Amino acid sequence: MTSNATPIIEFKGVNKWYASNGYHVLRDVNLQFAKGEKVVICGPSGSGKSTLIRCINALEEYQEGTLTVDGTVLGDDLKGIDQVRREVGMVFQQFNLFPHLTVMENLILSPTWVAKMPRKEAIDKAMVQLERVRIAEHANKYPLQLSGGQQQRVAIARALCLTPKIMLFDEPTSALDPEMIKEVLDVMVELTSQGMTMLCVTHEMGFAKAVADRVIFMDQGQVVEQAPPQQFFDAPQTDRAQDFLSKILGH
Amino acid sequence: MHVFKSIEARPMPGQSAGPLAWLRVNLFSSTSNSVMTLLLLALGVWTLMSSMDWALVHAVFGANLQACNDVRGVGACWGVITEKGRLIVMGRYPEAEHWRPVIATALMLGVVVISCMPRFWNKALPLIWALMLVVYFILMKGGLMGLTEVDTDQWGGFPLTVMLTVISMTLAFPLAIFVALGRRSNMPAIKTLCTLYVELIRGVPLITVLFMASFMLPLFMPEGVKIDVLVRVVVGITLFSAAYMAEVIRGGLQALPKGQTEAAATLGLTYWQTQRMIVLPQALATVVPSIMNTFIGLFKDTSLVTIVSLYELTGALGLALNSDADWRPFKIEAYLFITFIYFAFCFAMSRYSLWIEERTAVSKVR
Repeated sequence: MTSNATPIIEFKGVNKWYASNGYHVLRDVNLQFAKGEKVVICGPSGSGKSTLIRCINALEEYQEGTLTVDGTVLGDDLKGIDQVRREVGMVFQQFNLFPHLTVMENLILSPTWVAKMPRKEAIDKAMVQLERVRIAEHANKYPLQLSGGQQQRVAIARALCLTPKIMLFDEPTSALDPEMIKEVLDVMVELTSQGMTMLCVTHEMGFAKAVADRVIFMDQGQVVEQAPPQQFFDAPQTDRAQDFLSKILGH
Repeated sequence: MHVFKSIEARPMPGQSAGPLAWLRVNLFSSTSNSVMTLLLLALGVWTLMSSMDWALVHAVFGANLQACNDVRGVGACWGVITEKGRLIVMGRYPEAEHWRPVIATALMLGVVVISCMPRFWNKALPLIWALMLVVYFILMKGGLMGLTEVDTDQWGGFPLTVMLTVISMTLAFPLAIFVALGRRSNMPAIKTLCTLYVELIRGVPLITVLFMASFMLPLFMPEGVKIDVLVRVVVGITLFSAAYMAEVIRGGLQALPKGQTEAAATLGLTYWQTQRMIVLPQALATVVPSIMNTFIGLFKDTSLVTIVSLYELTGALGLALNSDADWRPFKIEAYLFITFIYFAFCFAMSRYSLWIEERTAVSKVR
């Protein structure tokens, strides 16, 4: 981690409550992410890890503190949100592809409508991304004609078509059959060489060990521990992290 | 090591083909089933024979009042349609000018039919509609280009039914979409307004809405401002069906997973882009049958405009027969006649709905 450069994402004393039930979901979160850093975020369910990364592209709002993404402070200002969303790609657990559009239409939607790129150029660029996730032959199929692993790779390609500086992955392999997890992780490992900042909520500890610069462990809305993967897995500092690791690595 | 060998798939057993096998399985599988089948068959044949007796064998087809009176109760008097058909179909529109509503209505239906075909869904379509409406109203209203002027309260019969339905549908559908979106809006004022509108309209029968539009509205208008009765009625029907349709569409919106709008947001799409390209295509596709339900209802509800003295198809039938004591006894035949017209159109609409449903399903392949 390059500590001297300005962080690309910075949480300063961020607190968030769910408007619906008043649950305090993020508590005093202070985090910095450096440009190009690969970070894995883990923790038990309900610990706020998904909410944390969903704040980064303003899918969730927060009530206290400041969150700065690439120089833009995310607040009530809608302009800032548009700016940030152009730079942040996101991959969801449930893929969230648009089922009424073909794979190619899914990919060129944002380039043609948001970035106002000519259709031809958008298709060419989308094709490059589809080849990168090894799914080019399915460009004209509809998402639901593909397997889960293929759909998730399309979703990754769709996010890449924004040429984002930051990629967020929200449990990208949790909804997949065991046999398909590998094909998605392989694509993600390849992406790490592209210089993008990557934040990934996942329990794939093998992936964390292989590519992460840092692992963040959260529980009850707090950042409990953060360390390079080697250190985190071999010598967790807190009892909570030890307990969590013993449960997920125990068998 | 054992090598995995896959077993060839084969057809499901016991699937005997052919009509005879089908009959045996479905209609004659046991003694009681066979008896039932034969009894129902006999009943069906008997009903068919006796109605054929009435409708064809003993029926009178010419406009011969004497002959019709002679077969009363035994045979149908289709002569009533020969005699009064024109009045039923055209209403009070002046007889010498009947060619005008015929051409205008054919034009309107033609444009509706091409609008139903996806291959015509392009930028020229709104233009075609605008053009059609201009030609339609010039033809119907006249007073231009040497055409005699025909007041809107003279319009009637089937052309009026078609016009009220088509115009109200085209206005109600977009309105319903906006109201449905409005009810899910984050803006409290818009949300309250839309909810109020839907609840208010749904709490009132259509007859009341038409009555209010026709008799109450002019009272609130400033002196000298007069809104045509047709406009008032179209507004009434539109507001009424839009409220119902809005609820149907809202159901479709709610069925859409939240992830769809979230994904659209992360791609930087604006609210309206998201609604137009992601939300509505999927939400509307899921509620096609219910939307068609509302449309069919609207088509038939136009018959209620008689309450404000507009004589569309059903109203014109009453007009044609009530004023003529000689032909009044043959209302059943006349009603069967308009039943056939209503049915043909409703059936066409429901077949179209099935077709569009299948078409939207292709892109989903579940």
